[in-house]
Amino acid sequence: MGLESALGDGYMTSKVDSLVNWARSNAAWPMPMGLACCAIEMMAFAGPKYDASRFGSEVMRFSPRQSDVMIVAGWVNYKMAHAIRRIWDQMPDPKWCIAMGACASTGGMHRCYGVVQGCDNFLPVDAYVSGCPPRPDALLHALMKIQDKIRTEHSVKLDT
Amino acid sequence: MALQLNESLQNVVDGLSESFTDELIDVYQSSGDTFVRIIADANVEICRYLKEEHHFIYLVDVFGTDRFTSQDRFEVIYNLVSLRDQQRLFVKVWLPEENPEIESVTDVWASANWYERQTYDMFGIQFTNHPDFRRIYMPEDFEYFPMRKEFPLLGIPGSIPLPSSTPDTK
Repeated sequence: MGLESALGDGYMTSKVDSLVNWARSNAAWPMPMGLACCAIEMMAFAGPKYDASRFGSEVMRFSPRQSDVMIVAGWVNYKMAHAIRRIWDQMPDPKWCIAMGACASTGGMHRCYGVVQGCDNFLPVDAYVSGCPPRPDALLHALMKIQDKIRTEHSVKLDT
Repeated sequence: MALQLNESLQNVVDGLSESFTDELIDVYQSSGDTFVRIIADANVEICRYLKEEHHFIYLVDVFGTDRFTSQDRFEVIYNLVSLRDQQRLFVKVWLPEENPEIESVTDVWASANWYERQTYDMFGIQFTNHPDFRRIYMPEDFEYFPMRKEFPLLGIPGSIPLPSSTPDTK
């Protein structure tokens, strides 16, 4: 494939952590939890102009069992919260969560009794994206932050 | 202020004041619309009369208002349209704060079904003789009525359950 010729004969050493994290961080498949207008920007993020495939995240998986990053794009009402939590629980570990936009992060302009004031009330959120809705660039930035986070994690579990 | 009614609405108001002298409380106009206030017990009778005699076959909406007054706190408003005469008429009913209850108009217009459920869900106004009387938006075990003035904007904490934030594993 070309890599072999560049490396030549021989071998390289690394840590398992680095290798696994390198693989994981460049294949963070999103679970698109599109709930409102942010989902339109999320589609642009996956589309050819902003092209999430540059970061290995072009594979939008509508099955939670094949995905790594849940992108909560839009406002979450109390009824939907249970469905989101259920999908989140179905995603295999390790998994990460992006709260996209003002509504998913804080409730945003939906300051009322029916809307959960931030999806971090019931989900462990790794990255928050500001904006209403955020530009696709901002979501790419959040994805890069998630990649940074993955690269600094211990991927091999230590016996304690 | 004198009412400025066109011919068909004048017919409606004349007909109402002749047939329902005791039940008709007030007729007024505001922002180009005509409002008729009636007593609560006569709502089905008057609605049926308006539908059958004046061709208000289209019930656009039924909704409530919390007037936040010490007397007759709640209001139920029927938004009627006559497609034939191209007229709109609002029929209003005032209800007391304690046990606001009114008869359903689902027998007159079937479309009132969900509107009345919504009005009950938001204001707690009871509709009798309703075929399927339960909440429409909020959870069935929700104990409050969110559009009442005393209900806080952000709701009552803990009144609607959120999913557990810890995973369901052993």
